[in-house]
Amino acid sequence: MMKKVSAVTKEKNDTKSKSKRVIRRISTSYITTLDQKKQGAIRAGFGKALVEATKKDNNIRVLSADLTDSLKLTEFKNTYPKKFYQMGICEQHMMSAAAGMAHIGKIPFVCSYAVFSPGRNWDQLRVSVCYSNHNVKIIGGHAGLTTGPDGATHQALEDIAITRVLPNLTVVVPCDEEESRKATMAIAQKEGPCYLRLSREKSLNITNKKSSFKLGEANVLDEGLDVTIISCGIMLQFALKAREQLKKEGISAAVINMHTIKPLDVKTLLKYAKKTNAIVSCEEHQKIGGLGSAISEVLSQQYPTPLEIIGVENSFGESGLGYELLEAYKLGEKDIINAVKKVLKRKNK
Amino acid sequence: MNIVELQIQANEIRQSIIDMLYHAKSGHTAGALGMADIMTYLYFKEMKINPKKPKISTRDLFFLSNGHTAPILYATLAHRGFFPIDELKTLRKLHSRLQGHPSVASHNSHDSLPGVENSGGPLGQGVSQAVGCAAELKRSNSKRKVFCFVGDGELQEGVCWESFMFAHKEQTDNFVVIVDKNDIQIDGNPKDVLAFDNLHNKFTSFGFKVVDFDGNNMNQIHHVFEEIKKLSGKPICLLAKTTPGKGVSFIEGDYHWHGKAPNEQERKLALDELESQRILLEGKSEVKEK
Repeated sequence: MMKKVSAVTKEKNDTKSKSKRVIRRISTSYITTLDQKKQGAIRAGFGKALVEATKKDNNIRVLSADLTDSLKLTEFKNTYPKKFYQMGICEQHMMSAAAGMAHIGKIPFVCSYAVFSPGRNWDQLRVSVCYSNHNVKIIGGHAGLTTGPDGATHQALEDIAITRVLPNLTVVVPCDEEESRKATMAIAQKEGPCYLRLSREKSLNITNKKSSFKLGEANVLDEGLDVTIISCGIMLQFALKAREQLKKEGISAAVINMHTIKPLDVKTLLKYAKKTNAIVSCEEHQKIGGLGSAISEVLSQQYPTPLEIIGVENSFGESGLGYELLEAYKLGEKDIINAVKKVLKRKNK
Repeated sequence: MNIVELQIQANEIRQSIIDMLYHAKSGHTAGALGMADIMTYLYFKEMKINPKKPKISTRDLFFLSNGHTAPILYATLAHRGFFPIDELKTLRKLHSRLQGHPSVASHNSHDSLPGVENSGGPLGQGVSQAVGCAAELKRSNSKRKVFCFVGDGELQEGVCWESFMFAHKEQTDNFVVIVDKNDIQIDGNPKDVLAFDNLHNKFTSFGFKVVDFDGNNMNQIHHVFEEIKKLSGKPICLLAKTTPGKGVSFIEGDYHWHGKAPNEQERKLALDELESQRILLEGKSEVKEK
């Protein structure tokens, strides 16, 4: 990570661009929160698990829309060439074709970037897969702001909203390489359509081989009394960092890894709402329609609790480095800390 | 079944289509009537299927991509014995297995219908599903065949051509796409809606073996399906010229009947006309037997 930043800093200095302010922010802030030695690639966990899962179930098929290497499918392609389908840049066809394969008992993994799949082929996802209740697994790579330099067109900030609204569909957002591996194994075994959201950037290794993972069951990573921070995916590392900082300030925060957005673990959510009476959610997605919305739907109807939602505020992203963008769009560690303080004020009113 | 028996069967299926659409009070009449001869041939002559075991793993598969013509699929399945003919009257009614557009899965509100292989309606999806299924069967050296009906207007959906490229790449010679060339869509003739000519060359350039024929002529239909059995190495496209509303003179060729159901008077007129055709066919059949 350091190496990548310094290269960019040099380039930006060379061009004397107007982004000096941004560069300063990088050098002071987020690098200290990430330990490069302990990082892993969420995508890599997925790619390895595909090969592993196919050893157990030879019905698995992998469909790639011209993004084989980027989505870490090369090992699968080389290991199981007859189970691998190169679909070309045809995301709509890929989704329905997968439904046709599932109809005769196969377990197809439909792989592309989240902006294209489920973005471009949502109609096919809705009817061919979800309405038909076919056993298709949709892999949306490069989700969120941390997709980085490619800019807003390639940063899926809406995919959780458009997937969790669909009946029959399970929605999963793993937080690190190991959880991505486990989530892939789990959706391969689960009968029915599943969406797996993956990030491009490396992230801190939070879970390990021994960590439990069950679809629909949230993991409580830290206990706390004052507030509960609920997160998923690449944002979870910042929730944990924020917790450490809050602890120094005398605030006790529980941290929950809500890796399954749908079905939401309502039991755990309500337990911690009742325990701490204040919740902060954080996700790399629009505030509208994502994890925060899912939590809000439950709390407002079953146990009204002060909730602050960290997410992208009704805007598109832009080019930049992945983690730099999280800060620029107020999704950083300090934003979580501020949200906690705000929600505590509301709680104590 | 011989040719005349198939023609009689198609006639009875047409009568069911008129009847069920009258009861439903809405739905697509013209396209369904036009496809009746080919659908009869597929289900009563061509495909390896077993109505008593609709999910048997050795069956041939039929995907209806132009899902709005659901009445022809339902009527054919019922006459073939997949479910009682009487159930056709529940088309488009609350909790019916006969949804306005076919549903392959059961839901809280209704069950799935035996014999339906795909959920269809949004155009272009059935053909992709059929090709995906055919590609997988081809790779696993299965002898099962995949047939798919697609509307001519439907081919305006770009995804159809994505799926045809893939069919060519996977050399799915177990895949037969039947284009219902009936020259109607909601806003008129496909030619006027969008530049849309020379489908034969379009499919040939996409790597298909293409056959043109009269989709309402049972003799030609029989000949075509026998001929394509001799082909291999390429996916097959059957360009079936059909008359929308075939069999009912006041519906034939009128695009206003694309998405309309008959009222009581129209139902009677249509059934009378079809019944007189049936009696003629029965006569032919008896002459043949003697």
